[in-house]
Amino acid sequence: MLDFLRQPWPWYVAGPLIGLTVPALLLVGNKALGISSSLRHICAACVPAGIPFLSYNWRAEIWNLFFVLGIGLGGFLGYQVLGHPDTAAISPETVRDLKAQMGLTDFSGLLPRELFALDNLANWKGWVFLVLGGFLVGFGTRYAGGCTSGHAISGLSNLQWVSLVAVIGFFVGGLVMTWFIYPMMF
Amino acid sequence: MKYLKYLVLGTLFGIILTKSEVISWFRIQEMFRFQAFHMYGVIGSAVVVGLISIQLIKRNRLKTITGEPICIADKQYSHGTWIGGIIFGLGWALTGACPGPLFAQLGSGVGAAAVLILAALAGTWTYSALREKLPR
Repeated sequence: MLDFLRQPWPWYVAGPLIGLTVPALLLVGNKALGISSSLRHICAACVPAGIPFLSYNWRAEIWNLFFVLGIGLGGFLGYQVLGHPDTAAISPETVRDLKAQMGLTDFSGLLPRELFALDNLANWKGWVFLVLGGFLVGFGTRYAGGCTSGHAISGLSNLQWVSLVAVIGFFVGGLVMTWFIYPMMF
Repeated sequence: MKYLKYLVLGTLFGIILTKSEVISWFRIQEMFRFQAFHMYGVIGSAVVVGLISIQLIKRNRLKTITGEPICIADKQYSHGTWIGGIIFGLGWALTGACPGPLFAQLGSGVGAAAVLILAALAGTWTYSALREKLPR
């Protein structure tokens, strides 16, 4: 059992468990799974600056911040306490392509150190990956009204066509970055 | 502590994200390069289980543990749905993370995640400030 917990979990274990989070949140408190809203609540709590979209009673949504705090705690428990192999078990084709196309050599950790090491902030690469990347995630999810959890999982589970439009958008953006913009950057 | 249950569910959610390597940049690249089924399997099976669960809840008119009727708000369409969706997609491929995984990465001890979360907060704040001027 402990061995199983330590290894990376296969999709057919993890996916259904993620799916069960949707009814769990509904049954426990009538809450819809969605994580990007937490970013809005944090902005509303810390820097509302008189912006109408940030002037609302964020305290009524505080459950969402507890959920997100839990995700952080889960990351600690899953990675540091249960323990996890340092290198993701990705396909050899991906390793080959990332080596050839982006010049990556270090495949350990959750993020490639060659792109995300903090001293990269001294050059354009660090700014593109760390700052612009994070900015687009925060801007885009709020503009779209949800992220992978709110639209792809919660929304599609509830047969929302709006969420299908959003998810197609997510993939269009991701594919354009991977197949067209990355080749221009490296 | 009426919020404890959300902390517990969030913790389980974070463990699942971490153990299934959904929070790995490399996994997201593998997905966008169509080189493994893993991510499609995770998202697809999550949707199937979520869909069946919601159908069961609706058909049996289940109530919450405190006896409230369960209601799920419909998602509202705007042009932002696809414009914002594409913008997020570009960021998803760059950072290899959506908002949930960012918090899990931070907890797992990745320093870069703190910078990514601050940048994401700046993005959400900027959207909020510009909201009235953007196509909707």
